[in-house]
Amino acid sequence: MAGLAAVFGSGAMTNSIEDIEKADVILITGTNTTENHPIIAQGIKRAVERGNTRLVVVDPRRIDLVNQANYWLRQRPGTDVAWINGLMHWIIKKNLHDKEFIAQRCEGFERLAQEVEKYTPEYCESVTGIPSEDIKSVAELIGSAERTSFLYAMGITQHVTGTDNVKSIANLAMITGNVGRYATGVNPLRGQNNVQGACDMGALPNVFTGYQPVTDPDAQKRCRDVWGAETLPDKTGMTLTQMTPAILKGKIKGMYIMGENPVISDPNSSHVEEALEKIGFLVVQDIFLTETARFADVVLPGTTWAEKDGTFTNTERRVQLVRAAIDPVGHSFPDWRILQRIAQLMGTPMDFSSPEQIFNEIRRVTPIYAGITYARIEKEGGIQWPCPDIDHPGTPYLHKDGFKIGKGILTPISYKPPAEIPDKGYPLLLTTGRMQFHYHTGTMSRRCKSLNTLAPSPLLDVHPEDAKALGLMEGDMARVLSRRGEIETRVHITKTVNRGEVFTTFHFSESPVNRLTNDALDPVAQIPEYKVCAVRVEKI
Amino acid sequence: MIYMSKAAKTEKNPNQSNGTEKEISLSIDDQDVIVSRGSTILDAARKKGIRIPTLCYHPALPPIGSCRLCVVEIEGIDRPATACNTEALEGMRVTTRSERLFNLRREVIKMILAHHPLNCSPCPINGECELQDLAYEYDISEMDSDEYRIQIEEFPWKPFSTPILDYHPRRCILCGRCVKICSDIRGLGAITMDGAGAKALIKPVMADDDAASLCISCGECMRVCPVNAIEERMGGIKGKPWETKKVQTTCTYCGVGCQLDLNVVNNRVVGVTTRDEAGVNKGRLCSKGRFGYTFIHSEDRLIRPLIRNEKGGLEETTWTQAMTHIAREFRRTKKEYGPDSLAGLSSARCTNEENYLFQRLIRQVFGTNNVDHCARL
Repeated sequence: MAGLAAVFGSGAMTNSIEDIEKADVILITGTNTTENHPIIAQGIKRAVERGNTRLVVVDPRRIDLVNQANYWLRQRPGTDVAWINGLMHWIIKKNLHDKEFIAQRCEGFERLAQEVEKYTPEYCESVTGIPSEDIKSVAELIGSAERTSFLYAMGITQHVTGTDNVKSIANLAMITGNVGRYATGVNPLRGQNNVQGACDMGALPNVFTGYQPVTDPDAQKRCRDVWGAETLPDKTGMTLTQMTPAILKGKIKGMYIMGENPVISDPNSSHVEEALEKIGFLVVQDIFLTETARFADVVLPGTTWAEKDGTFTNTERRVQLVRAAIDPVGHSFPDWRILQRIAQLMGTPMDFSSPEQIFNEIRRVTPIYAGITYARIEKEGGIQWPCPDIDHPGTPYLHKDGFKIGKGILTPISYKPPAEIPDKGYPLLLTTGRMQFHYHTGTMSRRCKSLNTLAPSPLLDVHPEDAKALGLMEGDMARVLSRRGEIETRVHITKTVNRGEVFTTFHFSESPVNRLTNDALDPVAQIPEYKVCAVRVEKI
Repeated sequence: MIYMSKAAKTEKNPNQSNGTEKEISLSIDDQDVIVSRGSTILDAARKKGIRIPTLCYHPALPPIGSCRLCVVEIEGIDRPATACNTEALEGMRVTTRSERLFNLRREVIKMILAHHPLNCSPCPINGECELQDLAYEYDISEMDSDEYRIQIEEFPWKPFSTPILDYHPRRCILCGRCVKICSDIRGLGAITMDGAGAKALIKPVMADDDAASLCISCGECMRVCPVNAIEERMGGIKGKPWETKKVQTTCTYCGVGCQLDLNVVNNRVVGVTTRDEAGVNKGRLCSKGRFGYTFIHSEDRLIRPLIRNEKGGLEETTWTQAMTHIAREFRRTKKEYGPDSLAGLSSARCTNEENYLFQRLIRQVFGTNNVDHCARL
């Protein structure tokens, strides 16, 4: 999100789910949409079948949508900047860039053009492994199409060059004029139900709600006034990935974790366990005794979404209602009630009687939510921010009349290799991801009998040639080792992965793959490089 | 050659091109109706609020035309036509109600009921069943179907395309909705109708015996089945329709934000259904959305606060004790080491309101900006 915020002034899906199907070309990269966003994948399939839409898939794995794709570019993991620069090189060379859009809406084109000059299709082929002919064809396809929609997810962001990757996609979209119009755009698909909302609400170390910097005096004043606070901290705080080292160094002494399971979800998890063991005081609020909650000094029982009212904001910025269907189970309480009770006990009055009342306060401090009310959501079936006032219909696509920051910034970016590449000791490249039957760390989906029947155990995808070399058969148990740790998992032999690459999911606490992953971070967004780390596989 | 012609560049936003489409007018039951060209007779009738009974028709699907319940008479044409897949034409005169049509429809339902058991009381959708409503409307009892009754052998249990759904061949009326939604809407074609006449079955499609099923267990077939022939195997007992409360909410899994109805009986969530027009998903769901609700009542749910005891284990405690302890410890840490010695991780699973209060708590009460969540993971 940091990447998009830097070039467009706001980090969110620019367009809507509904318009994806209406694009002439859909380019998806780093999203296994069929597994992670099945309903969006169906829309893409429908569009391709209707015959009006061309689909380009850029992915190291033979994901399901490759079956529908007109082009499948199989890049080496971690070489995204190179192929995107390569597409831009050819688009500019063939004079297919959108000169009018660039002149009116962007700055920095000359420097970008200079940077991509050396990314000839042949050079790109040598770096990415994508045939130069395919780079040319896809560049011409995008360059000549009226509307291209770019979709990506964690396969793009979870690299040390994640921010560079995102900026590169934004560059490509801008020079082809695919921003600020219907059925175009740069569209990051968000993985979790309310990850967009958690960002919108300022559960981030650098911004208040609605992406207002904590360093901005106006935003500070707005929050102080509404919250009745005398002072608020105005120095950017620590990100999740910075917190673990800070705990180990003794800088962080007390921590409150609500509905997160970093022991399973964070990279280099033995490091995380060490930190949580060490921390002075830890409160975990969750619906289950998660791997993380086991480290807590106090565990508080929150509720599931079925037991509370409120709102979620989906990946297309649509604010929708969540309605309590049942009473809280046992002696659990909706999380908002627990939070406000702690504030009260620590001496700050917070006395909301309902989530709707909280939402109305959010509207007062958050310009992009100001026009959204529960009554309107109910009536209109969800509203997409920005919605600055009560008469505003919401915003299906962003940047229609201009970027928030004036002109869109084209950033010249050069290719840098991943932080850890396979070598003699760790010859295989591991990427991690999700599957459709489970969700994140599996605390919810693994407790659903149906879903666990469909996918009862973790699998390591291994290419047949590699399996042969390692003496592995389908269903064998194998040990996977990296410089940081080891796990055991069952082997699935498949050509979905390329030779020299293996893949597994992080849903299964019995094979916690994040013991292996690299906690090397993107320097800007602080995202760990989950998609590339070097491992060795041994038969057990 | 794959890339677009330059001509394509001039076309307008496809959503704005509606004004140019031609309209036609026809008469249905002596009422004039104006509809856009390409509409079916059924569309036209529904637009005017004229009800034509249907069974295989489903608004989320292209017309199937298998049940012949929607027959209507068109002036000048001898044979009755099926309204769901006959195009409405300019000047057409359509009759939807007549003795002949009533009798035809009654025979259709009688034939279906020759196959489908009429012991409705043990059926979970008793009271919310399209076929039951039609049997009532056309006054059909078990005896009326005797003339058609084929002694259908008790079907042995058949495996379905996924282990999480059960298929009941005797309930199945072979309307074809499930096959249609799987092939046309999901684009999978994982199930097919196999066999002839009343003895046909819905079966999984497999390329060969060793091949895995194409089914992805989304349960769309179950969603459109009008007679509950496809049922969730592991969801537990459902309630009767009249004791089931349906609460519309937003799915708790991925970022698409599908709209769904939690089905609640006696303060328990017993299932998930959808409304055809609701949300970005328009009634569709994936396996997680449709079947991933049973964790709500898992035995593992935390139901009381836990606190670490002197032996180092976690034991149950009261809310008052837990909360006082928390407030005291956070205050003490803040006082001793300063606000930046505290940190908070919020949750992408919680609501906006909760995330808002969480960051407010960390910023205003703890006094630090050390707040984040797992957006990056």
